[in-house]
Amino acid sequence: MYTQALNAADKQQDARPEDAERAARFQARVDAEERIEANDWMPEAYRRTLIRQISQHAHSEIVGMLPEGNWIRRAPSLRRKAALLAKVQDEGGHGLYLYAAAETLGAAREDLVDQLLSGRAKYSSIFNYPTLTWADIGAIGWLVDGAAIMNQIPLCRCSYGPYARAMVRICKEESFHQRQGYEIMLTLSRGSEEQRAMAQDALNRWWWPCLMMFGPPDSASQHSDTSTMWKIKRFSNDELRQKFVDATVPQGHFLGLTFPDPTLHYDEANGHWVFGEINWEEFRQVLAGNGPCNRERLAARRQAHEDGAWVREAAMAYAAKRKARPMREAA
Amino acid sequence: MSRQLTPLWEVFIRSRNGLAHKHVGSLHAADATMALQAARDVYTRRGEGLSIWVVPSTAIVASDPVDKDMLFEPTGTKIYRHPSFYEVPEDVGHM
Repeated sequence: MYTQALNAADKQQDARPEDAERAARFQARVDAEERIEANDWMPEAYRRTLIRQISQHAHSEIVGMLPEGNWIRRAPSLRRKAALLAKVQDEGGHGLYLYAAAETLGAAREDLVDQLLSGRAKYSSIFNYPTLTWADIGAIGWLVDGAAIMNQIPLCRCSYGPYARAMVRICKEESFHQRQGYEIMLTLSRGSEEQRAMAQDALNRWWWPCLMMFGPPDSASQHSDTSTMWKIKRFSNDELRQKFVDATVPQGHFLGLTFPDPTLHYDEANGHWVFGEINWEEFRQVLAGNGPCNRERLAARRQAHEDGAWVREAAMAYAAKRKARPMREAA
Repeated sequence: MSRQLTPLWEVFIRSRNGLAHKHVGSLHAADATMALQAARDVYTRRGEGLSIWVVPSTAIVASDPVDKDMLFEPTGTKIYRHPSFYEVPEDVGHM
């Protein structure tokens, strides 16, 4: 679903003197829009940055299954249930593609999962908000996946080949997610007065957290510089946020809904929708673990991991037993 | 906690009859049967494939990118390997 600009500057330095020349050659390849592949030489900081970003992206996909999974059994029709189930399956698949991309950089999936479960790794702040009504499923598809697509399309051209290829696949699938969400919103906003109110309430609650998904404002972001230089990041947080707002506001107006921002207005001069001040303190609190659902999300992941331990162990024991069998039996 | 890593597999899918299997990604599975099932669940959710191969990642032997020039540069000068190197009068027609 989404990676967030969780911009933590990389503090370690590449110390070895011979790396300067290789680093220059590496940068020349990146500048020439060549893709860097798993076995190619790369600066250690590039590797660390990618492992962190890709694994946090993967964690976000996996944790992102929880708020929506909450509504699978309560979907209002079989059609909606099948679609939501397929969407949540997709998110699981996206997590897998991304963990695999991170592993090409020398990280083990088991370690990455440990980092998530122990609380050392971050995931997108948006999934720490609760899904209170069915309309939230519509809002998530429309807004959260819409924001994710905005962020992920440029990642399809990321300098690291395995990440870029995973993103191509993910973006293809996300498009269905956004459309199914918008269709839910459309149905509700054309429905009874209660349904319309439900859609409006969902938009009110998800709008600001969605704008936060693009990460801190450019003025406060520390490590975009190297990410931009390495062509991991193609657009700044604020640029992507503005693109999202410009694309989304007319869609909301088509639904006949209003945005929870009294200052929102169209600027004829520059052709952009101007939005109000984002509450960055809320963003920091959610990232720091104090969002409405942080503890619940991690507890659910840990429970699922522990509950599945015996399955993983049994599968490995069975594979080992089969391997140990004499060859003629296998033949 | 036991530290047993689940083996990694590379997944190849043939999209239509007549086309070669193409690498689509990788996954973890305890054995070949589970790898095939997981590949089906993860990589063919929208009718992408007619056939799947799964190969243990450790079984793949790859060339070293450092050898790139040594391996591939020599063909750069062998332009006579391409049909466009040869001149055939237009009157002869398509060949």
